[in-house]
Amino acid sequence: MNPARADTSVFARWWWTVDHWTLAALAALVGFGAVLALAATPAVAQRIGLDPFFFVRRQMIVLIPAIALMVTVSMLEPKTVRRIAMVGFLAAVALLALTFVVGMEIKGAKRWIHLPGFSLQPSEFVKPTFAVVAAWLFAMQHKHERFPGDLISIALYLLVLGLLLLQPDVGMAVVVTAVWFSQFFLAGLRMSLVMLLGGAGLASLVGAYFVFPHVASRINRFLDPSSGDTYQVTTALEAFLNGGLLGRGPGEGTVKSVLPDAHSDFIFAVAGEEFGLIACIGLVVLFMFIVLRGFTRVLQESNLFILLAVAGLLVQFGLQALINMGSTLHLIPTKGMTLPFISYGGSSLLALSLGMGFVLALTRKRFGPGEAT
Amino acid sequence: MATRLSDVLRGLPARLRLEGTAKQSVETAHHRLMVAGVLFAVGFAVVSLRLVDVTMLKEGHEPRIAHHNRATGLERERADIVDRNGELLATSLGTASLYANPKLILDANDAAAKLAKVLPGSGERELANRLGSDKSFVWVKRNLSPRQQFAVNRLGIPGLFFQRDERRVYPHGALTAHILGFTDIDNRGLAGIEQSFDEKLRQSDTPLQLSIDIRLQHVVRQELAAAVEEFRAIGGAALVLDAPTGEVLALVSLPDFDPNAPGATDSEARFNRITLGTYEPGSTFKIFNAAAALDYGVTTMRDGYDASKPIQISRFTISDYKGQKRWLSLPEIMMHSSNIGSARMGIDLGRDRQRQFLSRLGMLKPATFELPEVAAPLAPNPWRDINVMTIAFGHGISVTPLQVAVGVSAVVNGGILRPATLMRRPEGQVPPGERVMTTRTSEQVRALMRLVVERGTAKSANVPGYVVGGKTGTAEKIVKGRYHRDMRISSFAGAFPMQAPRFVIYAMLDEPKGNKATHGYATAGWVVAPLVGRLVSQIAALYGLPPVDESGPELRDQLLINVAVR
Repeated sequence: MNPARADTSVFARWWWTVDHWTLAALAALVGFGAVLALAATPAVAQRIGLDPFFFVRRQMIVLIPAIALMVTVSMLEPKTVRRIAMVGFLAAVALLALTFVVGMEIKGAKRWIHLPGFSLQPSEFVKPTFAVVAAWLFAMQHKHERFPGDLISIALYLLVLGLLLLQPDVGMAVVVTAVWFSQFFLAGLRMSLVMLLGGAGLASLVGAYFVFPHVASRINRFLDPSSGDTYQVTTALEAFLNGGLLGRGPGEGTVKSVLPDAHSDFIFAVAGEEFGLIACIGLVVLFMFIVLRGFTRVLQESNLFILLAVAGLLVQFGLQALINMGSTLHLIPTKGMTLPFISYGGSSLLALSLGMGFVLALTRKRFGPGEAT
Repeated sequence: MATRLSDVLRGLPARLRLEGTAKQSVETAHHRLMVAGVLFAVGFAVVSLRLVDVTMLKEGHEPRIAHHNRATGLERERADIVDRNGELLATSLGTASLYANPKLILDANDAAAKLAKVLPGSGERELANRLGSDKSFVWVKRNLSPRQQFAVNRLGIPGLFFQRDERRVYPHGALTAHILGFTDIDNRGLAGIEQSFDEKLRQSDTPLQLSIDIRLQHVVRQELAAAVEEFRAIGGAALVLDAPTGEVLALVSLPDFDPNAPGATDSEARFNRITLGTYEPGSTFKIFNAAAALDYGVTTMRDGYDASKPIQISRFTISDYKGQKRWLSLPEIMMHSSNIGSARMGIDLGRDRQRQFLSRLGMLKPATFELPEVAAPLAPNPWRDINVMTIAFGHGISVTPLQVAVGVSAVVNGGILRPATLMRRPEGQVPPGERVMTTRTSEQVRALMRLVVERGTAKSANVPGYVVGGKTGTAEKIVKGRYHRDMRISSFAGAFPMQAPRFVIYAMLDEPKGNKATHGYATAGWVVAPLVGRLVSQIAALYGLPPVDESGPELRDQLLINVAVR
């Protein structure tokens, strides 16, 4: 179905410039996510008294627009990407602020805005858009000495951080901080400041332990499993053990019927039980491939904005995957975080599609330095 | 050559300079991006290794999910009880108990009718009442068998639930009933070891080891039951102690009961004659009388007393059962079981020394023992001269068979009193005990006890080669304040082998009746001594004791007594 090279239509131009490897890896990820949604969510839906295919339908309804969004966004020029990200960022922050007014409280935190037909989690959209905006600001600082890009970026970061902590959504705050900080680091932050800010980051993690009781409880349970209920993690580990090398087969798992978050935060355990070690390692390799492939592509990039934006988006993507898999495997304290493209969750899926659409758009082959900044 | 970069830059046009710094920062970003890439690669590698770890390298750990399906493991709320060789005497088995939430029962009458069919023994009417009550928890039946549980499950009645329960099981049934006691439905000890060690059994996982030897226990019960039947006794009791340590090897009281169903028995069957029964010991007490007199130097093996005529004291007459009507030496007094001679010896010993000696032997206070069922002895108060005389031959005082046996073991083991115990004493952990008489006295009384079996009233207890010694005792029971001629306690207290006693044996029959074989006699020499003889043979066989040559010079030197002196 390859269009002719000479074809100058939008699609043909896109097809010949976009990174096929990343595209293929993302397609595999989305496919595997769909299969797992079929396997894991009916049990969860049934347990909470919904139609077994409730979540499957919801996920499929979001999946098609999500893919469309990703492909469409990936066709954009860097300049358009930047503009969309800016508008999107402002809208997402506004909605985030709005959650305090009209937000829906779920499990102790106001993170959702209820719209007819579906709910929206604005903080998910803050992540990719802020990564692009921050990248632009850092790059601008370098391009125009008098433009206070770093300062504006710091101010925006503090605003986002404040809103996230007020929700409270510590996990999201950690990811946003990590992404923003790595971009700052890549943008050439002096090593002394890197150390200083890194130390401050660690200190604030310790601070979170004392300020947020639910954070403290999770960390306590991680350090000393006997101190509290580690049911989810223990059950998840058993799932991997049950799965073994090849898994028990699709739909044959038991963990999904006992774990409350089997369809979202603990979906990796379902994958381990039903598809086994080999499939899980395949999944890990997919994530790693997408991140490192993106990194190597921007290693040839001379445009600082594109480099920072792609790196930031990929750090977000990879970090989220690592945190999710790490907590399911009891490598780190339990942190509610979706596994990109695999976990159930409409906002997360749409936001990730947007982010990876940005990545695809920015890593397309271009000629010349690009005019995004 | 040493031109600084800034100088170079300064010379460049502004546009180019900017391009230069931008290029430099892009290069920095490239380097730092590689660092980030390495970090990510490491992170994903760690996740992969951890995946392999939790999936493949947990061999040997059984998945816990399988455990959930099992009727919760081996955690038990009560420890086992085992005998001295580790044989299981009491254990706990997991069962299912059925309870109901009446609020969830749709039709109480229908449910009761169905349940009554599969659970025999539960009244339908009563069940319907319980299931129809407005409580939210009622027991239906405790400790169902797996078959019953299956049957109840098959009924499919909503509102019925099973709870894991535990049931105490005594594999040897009645054989250990008086030792172990029993528990209630909630597994709380209500008698015996189960009661006295209730807390320990609940808290410990390690089995409680008793001193009992279940093989010997079985032998003793079998022989005792045969004797009880043969002489149509209303009951009987027997006790075997390890003479050097005081460990109880066998303790039998008949009738007994099945501790697996203690509710089905009457209190008579649950009465432990060894520890809870107090009886006038009769002539067996002459052992202690002789021991006291010898130990205080009141008399010697060569001295004796006039037993030619009964003693009249106030309204009582003390006479001999088969009077020799002459002066009797101390050995003769024991051999013929002379009450008159013993009473005169008692007078010589005197009230204070008699009381002191019996007190040292533990006859005047409840025995120290692990069972809760221990009776206090009955001793006269005030202790008059007439009491001194009757106590000398075992009347006017009531003690438990356990006390007699403990006293005898002190007499035969060289003069050291150690309380009897049901706990197994590990080698080398025998308590020092308390010296209650000289070794010399112990040796002399052993010779006297041997004489009684060899030539006196307890000849049927003799087993050639095993050097049995002891003393019989026949005491009439007191009914409504009067001695009753036809209701006796016939007993034997002794030990073997007498040159170095290993086993102390006590046996007793409650109200035995004579038969043709005994020419109508029901005295201890006729009914209990043969039982003891059979027990000795069996014990010797069980423990593989080699017989000794009783006419050998060493044994004769040690145990032979010149009976008649004058």
